[in-house]
Amino acid sequence: MSAVLEIRNLHVSVEGKEILKGVNLVVKQGEIHALMGPNGTGKSTLSNTLMGHPHYVVTSGQVIMDGVDLLELGVDERSRMGLFLAFQYPVAIPGVTVANFLRTAINARLRAVDPKSKGMPIPAFRKLLKERMDTLQMSHDFAGRYLNEGFSGGEKKRAEILQLATLEPTIAIMDETDSGLDIDALRIVADGINKLVGPKLGVLIITHYQRMLNYIKPDKVHIMMGGRIVESGGPDLALQLEAQGYEWVRERYAEAAA
Amino acid sequence: MPSITDDAWRRTDIRGLRWPELKASRSHSASANGLSAVPARLLRPLVGGEHGGQLVINRGKVVERNLAASLRRKGVIFTDFLTATRQHSALLRKYLGKSVPASQGKFAAMAACLADQGVFVYVPRGVKVELPLHSVIWADAPAQFSRLVVVAEADSALTFVHELASQTQRQHAVHVGTVEVYAGRNANLQFIELQSLGQNVWHFAHERSRVQRDGKLDWIFSAIGSRLTKNFCEIDLVEKGAWGRMSGFYFAEGDQHLDHDTQQNHHAEHTTSDLLFKGALRDRSRSVWQGMIYVAPGAQKTDGYQANRNLVLSKQARADSIPGLEILADDVRCTHGATIGQLEMEHMFYLMSRGMPEAEARRVLVDGFFDPVMERIPFEGVRERLKRVIAQKMG
Repeated sequence: MSAVLEIRNLHVSVEGKEILKGVNLVVKQGEIHALMGPNGTGKSTLSNTLMGHPHYVVTSGQVIMDGVDLLELGVDERSRMGLFLAFQYPVAIPGVTVANFLRTAINARLRAVDPKSKGMPIPAFRKLLKERMDTLQMSHDFAGRYLNEGFSGGEKKRAEILQLATLEPTIAIMDETDSGLDIDALRIVADGINKLVGPKLGVLIITHYQRMLNYIKPDKVHIMMGGRIVESGGPDLALQLEAQGYEWVRERYAEAAA
Repeated sequence: MPSITDDAWRRTDIRGLRWPELKASRSHSASANGLSAVPARLLRPLVGGEHGGQLVINRGKVVERNLAASLRRKGVIFTDFLTATRQHSALLRKYLGKSVPASQGKFAAMAACLADQGVFVYVPRGVKVELPLHSVIWADAPAQFSRLVVVAEADSALTFVHELASQTQRQHAVHVGTVEVYAGRNANLQFIELQSLGQNVWHFAHERSRVQRDGKLDWIFSAIGSRLTKNFCEIDLVEKGAWGRMSGFYFAEGDQHLDHDTQQNHHAEHTTSDLLFKGALRDRSRSVWQGMIYVAPGAQKTDGYQANRNLVLSKQARADSIPGLEILADDVRCTHGATIGQLEMEHMFYLMSRGMPEAEARRVLVDGFFDPVMERIPFEGVRERLKRVIAQKMG
């Protein structure tokens, strides 16, 4: 059975102000969706809410994954259900190496299934990590560095993709993964994502710009404005935004944008 | 007794210590009924796979004392304090009370008068002790007084692990100690002190080290136990090229109060000191760190560093951190830092978003917090021990 993430009429407030005003979206395993929109329309609110950041308050709606309402689950449980968020601004975790972090995460997942699990043996883990780093053309010394500490913008995003590659979720949200990257870094990160997409992974790419979609071809493109998804279409929609900007969307949905 | 009106004791109130209880129980303990055994986990080597010598003292009685014959032949002395006063009194007298005189304070005086146990380590000039020496003081009696003297003569090398431990009991207990360390010219001394006293013990210590020309002292402290600790730790870099590193680990829980008063004295030019103390606090526990780098007039080209980092894990816990510099030379590099932080929500969210349950995420962050001090401990066994302590205290 393939995984499905279904967002139903989601309303979310931050500090009493409503940001999401009824979002509906279905992302299936194996599909690539792009969610586009100007700044401040609620794209990052959506990604943080889906992952369960305590700062965001769901006032109504549901998020169903594999028949379970994710909103009833804790952050860690959502992750173990198969949801992954590639952060826009990954925080530095001082004193915790990339390898140690990933091994702890994998073992936490194994123990959630079998409380008696001793975790993945170290040699097997090292092999897995090396394979994934090779796939993403990352130098092996990356594994020994403190997670995100002193990382460049590109390194942070690659570390997110490495986590995605290692934890093997069914649905991944890429929150502005292209932001802060120069063109070379963007290509490397996009190549990495392209190596992971396939029938086993559903992806929701959240982005302001079309440029990332030159590298990763979406099946569907959605435009968010004023806390709602106002337009959905095929890859052409992204090209139209690139050519014409967001102005026509604003005009058409003046009420939503207000 | 010192009180909170004394500068060094302003944040550490010892009025709660019930002295009469100690007096009564001290005479009682003389009958020495029911020695509890020293736990086997304290006797295992922490550095490498074996010891060059081991000394175990249980309630003041020596229950084990051995030293490799090859080391004995080279003139290495590793014995308990009372034996040292009888068999090596001339040598001991050269060092005992020189760094920590009885005039240092009430507790130094108490230890000087009442010491009934301790350790004397002596490594002669040029002798490299390859295997570490390991001593354990199992301080299970209500009132105990110990003295440690560690001497590494010129061109010698030594790794010495000392444990001070006891079981938690209901009655108040006190341990008072002095520690005096000498690293001679070009000596290389690694000294690891692990304190895991029961949480009924009030622990007072004056510790002071002296490092001579081109000598190196790598000094590691871990404070896990005791009801209250007041520990003065001081290093004197007395000649050119002397190097001293002090690394501290503490983790307080319940009503524990751990106070470290550190002093790095640069008496000569081209001396280097590097101090990092890191501690975590839970429940209603408290920590105090008060540090001072002193650079004497003329001690040019010195490099001094001190940092204290605290991680406060509960609303009721409190950490005080007071760095200080007193620099009387003009061509020096001295820096310091003090921080008191908490686990951050964004960090927790990030870890949990990768599938770690909350408790696991907290443990990973606490481990990460301690990592910089672990990195300074070149012994796997010691690091493993401290990691187990973190896991236990994180419960």
